[in-house]
Amino acid sequence: MEAIAVAHGAVHGHEEEYTTTGIPHDKMGMWVFLCSEVMFFTGLIGSYIVLRFATPLWPPPASVLNIPLTAMNTFILICSSVTMVQALAAISRGDSRKMKLFLCLTLLFGSIFISIQGVEYWKLVHEGFNPHVSLFGSVFFTTTGFHGFHVFCGVVCMSFVTGKAFLGKYTQASHQGIETLGLYWHFVDLVWIVLFTIIYLI
Amino acid sequence: MSEGGHKTPNYMAIFWWLAGFTAVEVAYSSLLPHTQKVLLIVGLVGFAAIKATLVALYFMHLKFERKSLGIIVGSTLILGVILVSVGMAETLLPRP
Repeated sequence: MEAIAVAHGAVHGHEEEYTTTGIPHDKMGMWVFLCSEVMFFTGLIGSYIVLRFATPLWPPPASVLNIPLTAMNTFILICSSVTMVQALAAISRGDSRKMKLFLCLTLLFGSIFISIQGVEYWKLVHEGFNPHVSLFGSVFFTTTGFHGFHVFCGVVCMSFVTGKAFLGKYTQASHQGIETLGLYWHFVDLVWIVLFTIIYLI
Repeated sequence: MSEGGHKTPNYMAIFWWLAGFTAVEVAYSSLLPHTQKVLLIVGLVGFAAIKATLVALYFMHLKFERKSLGIIVGSTLILGVILVSVGMAETLLPRP
């Protein structure tokens, strides 16, 4: 077994470790987890598509949902993705000051996204659009709610990682935690890109 | 500049592409008459697919990862497409 083990060096931001795949264990674990998440969201998105095609009287999303507000929220999540990847790039260069700055910005953008989604939900419920009112309401709140929960979990993890960054736990040679969390964060952004198009625009 | 053993992509360029595509998507959706459903769906799904691919390849660094990881992720996506296609076929195809 050892003969096929592959050394994966410090170039990827972690201490030398031996893996049979050539991919660090925590990164591989995150990718496998993300694959299970792909199936989870495929179930939700698939249900939405099937229900929408099967229901003749489906209200146009723009007549119920606030598209400009959500487009702005999409832009904010894209901003958070670019700050996250810049944090990883900064620590890869050994620039811990910029890494902390970009992690804080990512945390801020993630929190703004959740807050805007909260405001959107509050307005919709006050206008009478809730999970009980229609099939659209039910699948809308289920799908976007689960995505919002994922962003919330990401923000909690981001707070933890940012705290560790301020304690000086990440260095140019060892910063796998940032890369692993980054994968999760970008995945959440990617899912939102699909949800925004399918639920809000089509 | 090198990151993780590969040349660092221009992340800001990717960001502006993503932001631009989002603006184009919103404009496309609001300007195209909703009677032209097929054109609307094909266009918007195409834009979303391009944006998702940019995030996966450059922000998640899938472009620079080992082929084995690409195979794992690719097979999951294929299973996802099959799941949605079977569900849609169940709804759209006429029943005997």
